[in-house]
Amino acid sequence: MVADLHVRAPRTAPDPGPTTRWWTRADRRVSPYVFIAPFFVIFTVFGLYPLAYTAWVSLHDWGIAGETGFVGLDNYATLMADPDFWNAVVNTLGMFVMATVPQLVFALILATLLNQPLRGRTLFRLGVLAPIVTSVAAVGIVFSQIYDRDAGVANGLLGLIGVDPIDWRAGRLPSWFAISTMVDWRWTGYNSLIYLAAMQTVPRVLYEAAAIDGASRTRQFFSITIPMIKPSLIFTVIISTIGGLQLFTEPLIFGQGDFAISGGSLRQFQTVSMYMFENAFRDFDYGYGAAVAWMIFMLIMVVALINYLITRRMR
Amino acid sequence: MRLRNLLAGSIAGVLVAAVAACGGGESESGTTTLIVKTFNQFGYDELYQQYEAAHPGIKIKEENIAKLGDYGPKLQQWLAAGSGAGDVVALEEGNLVQFMGQPDKFVNLLEHGAGSLQGNFLEWKWKQALTADGKKLVGLGTDVGAQGLCYRTDLFAKAGLPTDREQVGALWPTWDDYLATGKKFVAAKTGAGFFDSAGNLYQNILMQQSDHTYYDTANTLVIDTNPAVKTAWDKATEMVGAGLSADIAAYSPQWNAGFKNGTFATIPCPSWMLATIEKQSGPENAGKWDVAKVPGNGAVRGGSFLAVPTQSKHQAQAAELAAFLTSPKGQTTAFKAKNNFPSSPQAIDDPAVKSFTNPYFSNAPVGRIFGDSVKALTPVYLGPGNLAVGDRVTAALTAVEQGKLTPDAAWAKALEDARRAG
Repeated sequence: MVADLHVRAPRTAPDPGPTTRWWTRADRRVSPYVFIAPFFVIFTVFGLYPLAYTAWVSLHDWGIAGETGFVGLDNYATLMADPDFWNAVVNTLGMFVMATVPQLVFALILATLLNQPLRGRTLFRLGVLAPIVTSVAAVGIVFSQIYDRDAGVANGLLGLIGVDPIDWRAGRLPSWFAISTMVDWRWTGYNSLIYLAAMQTVPRVLYEAAAIDGASRTRQFFSITIPMIKPSLIFTVIISTIGGLQLFTEPLIFGQGDFAISGGSLRQFQTVSMYMFENAFRDFDYGYGAAVAWMIFMLIMVVALINYLITRRMR
Repeated sequence: MRLRNLLAGSIAGVLVAAVAACGGGESESGTTTLIVKTFNQFGYDELYQQYEAAHPGIKIKEENIAKLGDYGPKLQQWLAAGSGAGDVVALEEGNLVQFMGQPDKFVNLLEHGAGSLQGNFLEWKWKQALTADGKKLVGLGTDVGAQGLCYRTDLFAKAGLPTDREQVGALWPTWDDYLATGKKFVAAKTGAGFFDSAGNLYQNILMQQSDHTYYDTANTLVIDTNPAVKTAWDKATEMVGAGLSADIAAYSPQWNAGFKNGTFATIPCPSWMLATIEKQSGPENAGKWDVAKVPGNGAVRGGSFLAVPTQSKHQAQAAELAAFLTSPKGQTTAFKAKNNFPSSPQAIDDPAVKSFTNPYFSNAPVGRIFGDSVKALTPVYLGPGNLAVGDRVTAALTAVEQGKLTPDAAWAKALEDARRAG
């Protein structure tokens, strides 16, 4: 079609009339906005609108049969006094710290190793991506078996060094630990590749100069590498924060039986996302569920901000 | 020019494809596909074939969700959204109670000639799906949860207990006797638990205690005042205290593996659970399970209905299919396939049911065992929040099994959680 127009244009309109000039001007001015519009249109439809609609739902008493009245901030007031909600917040933050800190440290170490001249470097670099391609459900199922109380590999290994079997789903810390390892298994490689990419942009001359000045490898790492890849550090910290605070599938699969969404008999490992799901899609209290969803959003904003400030202050 | 030709060519190609697609649609427009939504196992495969053979132009597609716990919330969503529920839906009695308050979501089967079928169902089963004014029938009964107690003969032999089902049944006229037997079993140190988890057992005991559980018939939460609940709770925690539980949550992967590996020796098994036990234990354990009489007096536990959601586009055909599947003959066929015990008196008295033995369960005469217990059945009223409250109580029981809470602390927690959930 486009080709057609160009062929014909000189024949049918040899003189670019006033209409065409107007069109050209408008084209120049509007086109850039039209080109970027798809993102904003899609973001408005699928991002902003649900966000606003969720806020609207959260101000209502809204059950499976539909809306039954405006209640203002009642849902939020109930939420503030809901021990199960705060329990879920503690679990989420606990697992976030337990999973993210070792994950990023380990990713940094891994990236440094991958940045060395190694044989089969590409293979290793691609290898760290393998866990991300694995479906999260598969990871959940395999790890659930590893952490089985009676026949799990984890307890088997602990038994070798004389430690009594642990009931991974019964205790708070054991369950957090188990879930954290699942998260780390999936995301360490991803983060290390981001670090690796950043490390490769650090000019070699800096290291050479440092070496001439007598700086050790460790010193070079802390004084050159870390400061130079800081933007990537901030990026991974924020992405991990968002992911960590929305943790859902791993603990859900780790849980058991018909009421797995409760995250353990005493909600030992129920995250806020699970609590949101339980209220909205199991008890069908959409209003309350929407309030929980908004609290997750706020929580992510606050924690991301704190993390951003902390990482910015890093040398 | 070449570009234009290409374009013309591809347009023609698209047109041909479109025409072809239309043609495909037309040739199929004569068939109606009825979608049946089920959970667990209903054993309808043979019946579908029969029905399709007798009704050319009807195709039946069953969409199954294995766990009832996953099926219930989905069902609620389909019905609230007005789409997705298909043409025939299975309703477990707990689901049914939730929906009796909104009968408009379902086709009134009385308008499709179901009135003449009343004699095909146990009276209380019929009434469960009938609105209080008697004008609307939401569903037709499929099965009733007649109770038995399944046990592993190999583990019983190992522990020096009798293995013959009559003698085993005689071991436990009451749940206290069952507890005593359990203590003997544990003392023999076979390495297996006496039962899978307290939640299952508790539910069975609870259903035998009274005509209602967490709610009274006015739908008021009475969990703290109904002595039946506390009796069942105390009995279950006493068994946990005696160390009889393998503490393996029902419907978890470990539970499934437990059947295969023989990690628990007994499990209360309503008729509908036999198919699950057979599937999970696998062919290698054929003949190791047997079915004995349940301790205490029989009572209903579970049982389902088939209903036609109003959103179905083929209501008349769907109602006819539901009537066919729940007919005495349909129920007999389903019983033979998956042991879901009939709710139709004609089917219960059918010699094919009465004399039915299950080869997987050491040829246990399950038709007779469940038939005996079904005679004594009285319906138990479940309130609309029954499932939600039940989940909380079971979670508290699990906490006791894990040694995280004392029975008293767990009971207090269960009451508090139930109050907030119910």
